[in-house]
Amino acid sequence: MPVSGLRAVFVCVVFVFAALAAAAPSRAQDGDFAALVAQLAVGAFEEKVAAIEALVATGDPRVQAILEAVADRNLYVREADGLVAIGADHPDGLSLTDAVTGDDLGVVASRDVDRVRANNRLRRLAGSAIGTLTLMNPDPAVRLAAAEAVFRSQDASALSALDQALAEETDDAVRQAMAKARAAILLDSDDPAARLQAVETLGALTDPEIRSMLAAMLRQSNDGSFQETDEAVRAAAGEALDAIEGRLATWRVAGYVYQGISLGSVLLLAAIGLAITFGVMGVINMAHGEMVMLGAYTTYVVQQIFRDLAPGLFDVSLLVAIPAAFLVAGLAGIAIERGIIRFLYGRPLETLLATWGLSLILQQLVRTVFGPTNREVGSPSWMQGAIETTAGITLTYNRLYIILFSLIVFAGLIFVLRRTALGLQMRAVTQNRQMARAMGIRTDRVDALTFGLGSGIAGMAGVALSQIDNVSPNLGQSYIIDSFLVVVFGGVGNLWGTLAGAFSLGIANKLLEPYAGAVLGKILVLVAIILFIQKRPRGLVALKGRAVEG
Amino acid sequence: MPSPRTGYVPILLRLDPGGVVLLAIVLGAAVLVPVLNLAVPPDSPFHVPSYLVSLWGKYLCFALLAVSVDLVWGYCGILSLGHGAFFALGGYAMGMHLMRQIGDRGVYGHPVLPDFMVFLDWDRLPWYWHGFDSFAFAMMMVLLVPGTLAFVFGWLAFRSRVGGVYLSIISQAMTYALMLAFFRNDMGFGGNNGLTDFKDLLGFDLQADGTRAALFAASALALALGYLVCRLMMLSKFGRVVMAVRDGESRTRFLGYRVEYYKLVVWVVSAMLAGLAGALYVPQVGIINPGEFSPANSIEIIVWVAVGGRGTLYGAALGGVLVNYAKTYFTGAAPEIWLFLLGGLFIAVTLFLPKGIVGTAADGWRSLRRRIRAPARGTVP
Amino acid sequence: MGLFGRIARWGAGAALASALTVGAPAAMAQEGEPIRIGILHSLSGTMAISETTLKDVMLMLIEEQNAAGGVLGRPLEAVVVDPASDWPLFAEKARELIEQEEVDVVFGCWTSVSRKSVLPVFEELNGLLFYPVQYEGEESSRNVFYTGAAPNQQAIPAVEYLMSDEGGAAERWVLLGTDYVYPRTTNRILRAFLNANGVSDDDIMEEYTPFGHSDWQTIVAEVQEFADQGLPTAVVSTINGDANVPFYLELANQGIDAADIPVVAFSVGEEELAGLDTEPLVGHLAAWNYFMSVDTAENEAFIAAWHDFIGDDTRVTNDPMEAHYIGFNMWVQAVEQAGTTDVDAVRQAMYGQEVANLTGGVAVMNTNHHLSKPVLIGEILEDGQFDTVWETDGVVVGDAWSDFIPESAVLTANWTYPWVCGNCETPRF
Repeated sequence: MPVSGLRAVFVCVVFVFAALAAAAPSRAQDGDFAALVAQLAVGAFEEKVAAIEALVATGDPRVQAILEAVADRNLYVREADGLVAIGADHPDGLSLTDAVTGDDLGVVASRDVDRVRANNRLRRLAGSAIGTLTLMNPDPAVRLAAAEAVFRSQDASALSALDQALAEETDDAVRQAMAKARAAILLDSDDPAARLQAVETLGALTDPEIRSMLAAMLRQSNDGSFQETDEAVRAAAGEALDAIEGRLATWRVAGYVYQGISLGSVLLLAAIGLAITFGVMGVINMAHGEMVMLGAYTTYVVQQIFRDLAPGLFDVSLLVAIPAAFLVAGLAGIAIERGIIRFLYGRPLETLLATWGLSLILQQLVRTVFGPTNREVGSPSWMQGAIETTAGITLTYNRLYIILFSLIVFAGLIFVLRRTALGLQMRAVTQNRQMARAMGIRTDRVDALTFGLGSGIAGMAGVALSQIDNVSPNLGQSYIIDSFLVVVFGGVGNLWGTLAGAFSLGIANKLLEPYAGAVLGKILVLVAIILFIQKRPRGLVALKGRAVEG
Repeated sequence: MPSPRTGYVPILLRLDPGGVVLLAIVLGAAVLVPVLNLAVPPDSPFHVPSYLVSLWGKYLCFALLAVSVDLVWGYCGILSLGHGAFFALGGYAMGMHLMRQIGDRGVYGHPVLPDFMVFLDWDRLPWYWHGFDSFAFAMMMVLLVPGTLAFVFGWLAFRSRVGGVYLSIISQAMTYALMLAFFRNDMGFGGNNGLTDFKDLLGFDLQADGTRAALFAASALALALGYLVCRLMMLSKFGRVVMAVRDGESRTRFLGYRVEYYKLVVWVVSAMLAGLAGALYVPQVGIINPGEFSPANSIEIIVWVAVGGRGTLYGAALGGVLVNYAKTYFTGAAPEIWLFLLGGLFIAVTLFLPKGIVGTAADGWRSLRRRIRAPARGTVP
Repeated sequence: MGLFGRIARWGAGAALASALTVGAPAAMAQEGEPIRIGILHSLSGTMAISETTLKDVMLMLIEEQNAAGGVLGRPLEAVVVDPASDWPLFAEKARELIEQEEVDVVFGCWTSVSRKSVLPVFEELNGLLFYPVQYEGEESSRNVFYTGAAPNQQAIPAVEYLMSDEGGAAERWVLLGTDYVYPRTTNRILRAFLNANGVSDDDIMEEYTPFGHSDWQTIVAEVQEFADQGLPTAVVSTINGDANVPFYLELANQGIDAADIPVVAFSVGEEELAGLDTEPLVGHLAAWNYFMSVDTAENEAFIAAWHDFIGDDTRVTNDPMEAHYIGFNMWVQAVEQAGTTDVDAVRQAMYGQEVANLTGGVAVMNTNHHLSKPVLIGEILEDGQFDTVWETDGVVVGDAWSDFIPESAVLTANWTYPWVCGNCETPRF
């Protein structure tokens, strides 16, 4: 095939370059170096690959910056003269630095340069090459990343650099990562003893990638021979594999439970406002989802204001959005209560109708004002990223914060209901309206505030949901059914029930999902809820006494 | 007003005036619309175009669905947020029959399997598809499938005395679970696309004007029949117990009635009527898909009943037609703002016409009559 | 007793009056009387998010055409209706457009089910529909022109690219999709294609999720685990609509880097990315026939006109918008050529009609009612745009019936003599 022929030619080219580089180990001629850089910038894909390898082989200190520019897509070619340069963002366009000489080329408009095409594969190559080059970097974080990169590439040529770095390494975490990378390389060593030692080193760790490396050693080819030829090494690998799999299985279940808690926290946030408006007040509030949506759009507006006025403070925009969303949704809730709901007390089923109509109106209103497409809500930097555990389980910060947030909101709500005068009045009004009024409580004011509180909490939920879901006019609709289920499953009128309901549904869903699939898992949970309600017709945490018959 | 003691009063006299008007209109339409569509030449001002025949046929199916919901909600106090499920199941039963009627005229020309099965690489018809090639069997399933589901659901729920909002929400969970299930392609009901591309019914081309007119007439008759069944049920002693359950469930139970059985019967009958409505709906709109199970659809049915007037049956039918007509009209005439209008309508009806259109109209008529008659009588009791 | 007839008629809407008066078919309309164009896109409900933009683009194209003197010397008039993401309502509205509003052509639909729902109506009434979205193929109706991509114009080239050295030489594949006909079909085609290229079923993971799936934690973790087997892994995503944003957010947060596990999507374009911070997604891919970032004079003019029309410089353009652009211009040319808006005449004039793509080259309407278009593969950039990393040499002919599915490989769609058929094994004549 012509393609493979072509590839052979390129392989030859690479060898030639490598040989050239080896012949002049001190430093390649600047002319050759510039030619390689040019090849990296404007060559065809295969030529670019060859250029990277040749550049690494030169051992030139300038290579690292160039490869980093490739990995970050910051390498440019000046249109006027074809000069290759590294670019950095600048308010007026790009400030360029000559890739070969390091000269400052000043600021140019981005129109005047072409970005060097660097697709995923090229950037990965550059990344692993940088790994080998930065093992001795003064910054431990960079060294750690370099060790990880070497571990992933299992590049045997990095072994000597790794040994050298390991000898001088002082940071424990980095040492461990380097030892792991070294062992991974040694798995392919010709010496069975080295391999055995590598298996032992790796077997003590818990990492899905190590599991697949070990599994690969035990793989049998069609003629019955094993990938790993030495029997003792094979036995050790088998043992290590079993141990790792056992530990991973435990971790995996832990992971599902964590995901379940995370899903539960989202359900809790979505449902908790409804637990007030529906659970406590008895309003079948179909516009609850739209209150959540209002909160999400408030977040968007707050962030727009921050982007325009104080882009430097963007990270705190979310903290500002929380009270803002509470106010916006809460005021909307009070307006709804005063304008519509208060005429319908005693006719709970008809609140369904009115709030359904209201939800249609609110959706269309948002569509008219903000447009039908998704709005972009950014994540502040402190919510991005994740904690990676060694066992391959990722705890993302945004989910962690949402779990935390949901619990804080819940605790706050309990506090308001139990410890404040307003909470006392709310409970009084919902338990016995006439008596409460006789005691001098202004029931209509309390009604408005209660509905406002429930709506405001829904608005705060919107802030959290804007971080993990679409901010679109349909946002509310996708949570309304789940919210009702959570409240009813937990037990109407009982906040602790809502808490228990949300987390048990979340965890059950996530434990089922890996076995039954996302859809079937959800169906099973729904059926389970229906059956559960037959067993306990008043939900998980049922109110006792006469109040339930009301 | 007929007295309940006179047991031999002819059926028609025992109906309320609104019901008589409804029956007259519906039965009149069953005859007239087909005639005006088929026999009157298209250039005549009295001609009813085919487009309207199907559209109004669809409205009549919705009206029947609304009547079935009003039976459980208006007379038995059960607010079902899952009646769309029974409607859709009836529709699917009919859709499966229509699919089997396509035979080898599908795009892949397979003699037995519908196109979507060929496409998903299935090698034989799943067991639950067998029998649907027979019209009689399919019609039985139209009633039996929703009926059985309602029976099982109701048996469980009413015996454990699940009521009020709890029942509403689990009925919503039921239709939601069914929607998710029918969305799955592995279920063998065509997934998201559902069943479509129907050709003919009992050998008649579904796109022929005659078939359309016949389906319209069948829908009108089904609505009339459904109305009569519900009305007579509620006029009987059985019906009075059912209404007693609505007004005071515990009291009725203490009087010695097995409340759950009364509820169960009404619930199952209502589900079967909804299934029938679904079966008539499908050939007229040409598609049945899991969207019909969506909880929002079931909520809309409640809205129709409330707009028309709960607890009157004919009011529900009127609501079903009116709201859907409004939807048709607004989505064409005011596509950008129709949701404002429809949403506003729901709120306005709830606030200003708490008994729905017919309830308010009846009240108005009564007070008007009282005001006219009162001076004549001289005293007001 | 014409009472009920009259009521029923009145019931059809305020358009009653027009229905009574406008008796003559549009084809015989007077000189100067507007040509009516139906626009059947959801403006509310779940699909409004995507379809509203297409309604706007149609209004823009019609406005431009009117400014250029209309068609056949007659002005164009848009008839907009809202099928509200409700599939049976699509059929009803299609009938209303053709029978009652008497439009000459309809531009509309997005989802497959909406197209399936209106199909019988268009065939019965001999209407004309332009369908602008990439879809699963396996269809060719006499009354529909498909201006979006067929699977061989999107999915297969994307997978070929990822299999190549340049694309990362992927050997293990995750096929993720929403559970409906387009992903099912596409994945069936892709599985057959991968098997034919030596990928065993053990190296393919196929997973479906419901519409609007928002909790991707488990699946993304599973993908990560599947990819941890040491071989290069790629994800092919046919995830639809709303589910994409939470999916990409989860990808980003779990730190799945495009350099390790590239995700190529067929339903994610500029519009979907506009609601998203794309910084962590840089390098993930999409395959389309159009990217907003492509640097041609036509595209620049189109984008400028769009921004001008919508009054917002931040709005993006995407592939289905280009499909409407091509479809509309082809229809205009075909009507001019046929000298009438009569559906049969226009259909004949459509074949071989050429319109310049916005991305360069020329799109041609084939006799199977699908377009020949170029295929582009782009990587996501920080600003939500795509960087074209690969493109086909010329145009690819849209294939209605996939060659990788045995039952459909034997079928041919060709609406000219002697075939005159959308799904035949042998010519009709």
